[in-house]
Amino acid sequence: MAETAGSPAIRLDGISKSFGPVRANRDISLAVEKGSIHGIVGENGAGKSTLMSILYGFYQADAGSIHISGRPANIRTPQDAIAAGIGMVHQHFMLVDPFTVLENVILGAEGGLTLRQGMDQARTELIALERDYGLEVSPDATVSSLTVGQQQRVEILKALFRQADILILDEPTGVLTPAEADHLFRILGQLRDTGKTVILITHKLREIMAITDKVSVMRQGEIVDTLHTKDVSLEKLAELMVGRRVLMQVDKQTVDAGECVFEARDLTIAKAQYVRSLDKVSLRVHSGEIVGIAGVAGNGQSELLEVIGGMRSDYTGDIMMRGRTLRPAISAPDAIRANGMAHVPEDRHRMGLVMPFEASENCILGYHNEDRYQRGALLDRAAILSDAAGKLERFDVRPPNPHLPASSFSGGNQQKIVLAREFEHDPDFLAVGQPTRGVDIGAIEFIHQHLLDMRARGKAILLVSVELDEIRALADRIVVMFAGRIVGECLPSVSDAQIGALMAGLEAEPGV
Amino acid sequence: MADVVALIALIIDSAIRLSVPLLFACLAGLYSERSSIFDIGLEGKMLGAAFAAGAIAAITGSAWMGLLAAIAASSALALLHGFACITHRGNQIVSGVAINIIAAGLTAQLGASWFSQGGQTPSLPNTARFLPLEWPGAEALAGVPLIGAVYSELLSGHNILVYLAAATVPLTWWVLYRTRFGLRLRAVGENPAAVDTAGISVTWLRYRAVICCGVLCGFAGAYLSIAQSASFIKDMTAGKGFIALAALIFAKWRPVQALGACFLFGLLDAVAIRLQGVAFPLIGDVPVQFVQAVPYILTVVLLAGFVGRAIPPKAGGVPYVKER
Repeated sequence: MAETAGSPAIRLDGISKSFGPVRANRDISLAVEKGSIHGIVGENGAGKSTLMSILYGFYQADAGSIHISGRPANIRTPQDAIAAGIGMVHQHFMLVDPFTVLENVILGAEGGLTLRQGMDQARTELIALERDYGLEVSPDATVSSLTVGQQQRVEILKALFRQADILILDEPTGVLTPAEADHLFRILGQLRDTGKTVILITHKLREIMAITDKVSVMRQGEIVDTLHTKDVSLEKLAELMVGRRVLMQVDKQTVDAGECVFEARDLTIAKAQYVRSLDKVSLRVHSGEIVGIAGVAGNGQSELLEVIGGMRSDYTGDIMMRGRTLRPAISAPDAIRANGMAHVPEDRHRMGLVMPFEASENCILGYHNEDRYQRGALLDRAAILSDAAGKLERFDVRPPNPHLPASSFSGGNQQKIVLAREFEHDPDFLAVGQPTRGVDIGAIEFIHQHLLDMRARGKAILLVSVELDEIRALADRIVVMFAGRIVGECLPSVSDAQIGALMAGLEAEPGV
Repeated sequence: MADVVALIALIIDSAIRLSVPLLFACLAGLYSERSSIFDIGLEGKMLGAAFAAGAIAAITGSAWMGLLAAIAASSALALLHGFACITHRGNQIVSGVAINIIAAGLTAQLGASWFSQGGQTPSLPNTARFLPLEWPGAEALAGVPLIGAVYSELLSGHNILVYLAAATVPLTWWVLYRTRFGLRLRAVGENPAAVDTAGISVTWLRYRAVICCGVLCGFAGAYLSIAQSASFIKDMTAGKGFIALAALIFAKWRPVQALGACFLFGLLDAVAIRLQGVAFPLIGDVPVQFVQAVPYILTVVLLAGFVGRAIPPKAGGVPYVKER
């Protein structure tokens, strides 16, 4: 069983795995070449993570075999995987926050019953690794004090320290800023150049196009195709992923903006004496119009949404619906809803849903006092369930089972539940935050289409998103926020450079 | 002057004796809770151990056999807790409370039916107890001012378990911060998933932590019934397991600080005993009950106000479920 030259780093043959009735992986065969970056794309729930968990020993495949460098491998635990030279960088980092970088790296590979000798040796090795791959982090820094990008480097170091030849990265850029993602890709390129094999799992097609050599597309537990990246287009990949043609650009009909529905005047939140997280923000949204708020995350967009959503009262300024001022004192979420406003919060886990609650219960949250859900002093469970079933069906939530807890739906389907709840109460004004964060590509299209439908029906929509592409695709006007202020307004057609300059706080008014 | 020194020496001496069971139990809890298994059952384990020590020492006439029995009884209860909380992912508080109730009921019942002394175990002869060890020259130095008090009263004249308790503190520190087991223990209490993905069994690691807890609680219980006293008395732990838990939080789950916290609680207890029957100026006689309550009141005050934010191990109380 000697290592055969030219044998692939990983060969999977006929891997299948079921969880109860759900067939997460079906007869998957895949070969990953040594010294390459191999991308695996697929929508959420396509089975990417299950496949990688099998490779890393979290799960056992029901059928099929794994060969590592031409040798059959029996991977039953993560320990087996590590021994076979597989390292994994998980989507949610597997780090111990109060530990130092060094302690995190040696955990599980301490090199003896006591720590001292292993620590000294590891420190030397770590410094060498950092130098070789440009993974600068101080070995003695506490992990909790590191940025997300640095923490990810610690994860990569952990794998390299265990002499991994094959590195699996699961959605590595989800938590990174664009600059950090670029840095990561440079590191991955370097790893490939030194002969390591990298498997990149992602649902971001641009990343696949930018960095991988080959790409495998997964759909509903199967690998539908494996292609050379250079031979494939973004559109083709998207189509393979979803199984039908995807409109990368949604059709936007012209809708004549009507009367002003929503107006904010001089909204200000003073954080400290001279620090304002919102600084005199004034804007109007008209009927049949989507106003997009662009900006780098953390420039006051969240605060603005919270004020509009009635979630905080520590502001000055006015919020007006159809010319009527809502007093801060009454601008609780309830009052907001009573005035024909709806709010899709940025963070659906924390604010939009109660995760352990059933979908049907989540479908009425905030509206649960309405008469149609009551029967005497009790909630009318039958009415709630039939109401929820209708919503799930109309919003194509999968599976359309109102009894499932919110936590058991995928990100995209969770978001659809929130949207169904807010949209179906027919508000005049909608404040929507990050509607497609963590949502797969098919659902993104669906959500965008729904937002445009609402616009066509004469609703006023305020859209906050960190995805500039999304804002460009949907908005009629783009308002850019920087440091709590509105620094400019432009049409979606202006160049990236112009919007970028505004987002960076360089106060050049673009010629609109 | 000499009187004051003697009095202080006496109080500190008694504080040491009173803090030993707290220290054992506190360090026991440290192992368990660092691995994220909350242990409200320290009290029950101590009580079970105290009974086993008293009973076996009375039957065999050997203090060491008593100690072994204590460790065995306490470890068995610890494993029960582990079985409920680690293997079956049960609620750790409920399991701990159950252990306390089982221990309180079972010791009283077994004691009454085996020895027919109303739940007590027979009074032990000195040969079946851990007796104070006199250090060489303690007698001779006793008269020397200060040095005599320190050497003869404080250092010399304790039983072997007291010295063991003192040695357990640096030992625990070393285990926690300088060994592989300690590193993994601290890691599993913060992020068990990190330990799992590093190829280490979370379950086995937590079981080992729980066993460490059981062994140390065994020492605590044995100290109560066959070192400090000469028999097991019904409910003789009297809340010491809970005080130890308070000390653990006060010490923020760190061994050296645990020594300080336990000694402080021991000192409060010792002072309270001293103050019984003493008439205070202006106030006059203070009811005994109030003086006895002082350590507990101070416990509440200390925990409420003086600890600052005590951040427990992040994964504390949460059973590990592999999810992916």
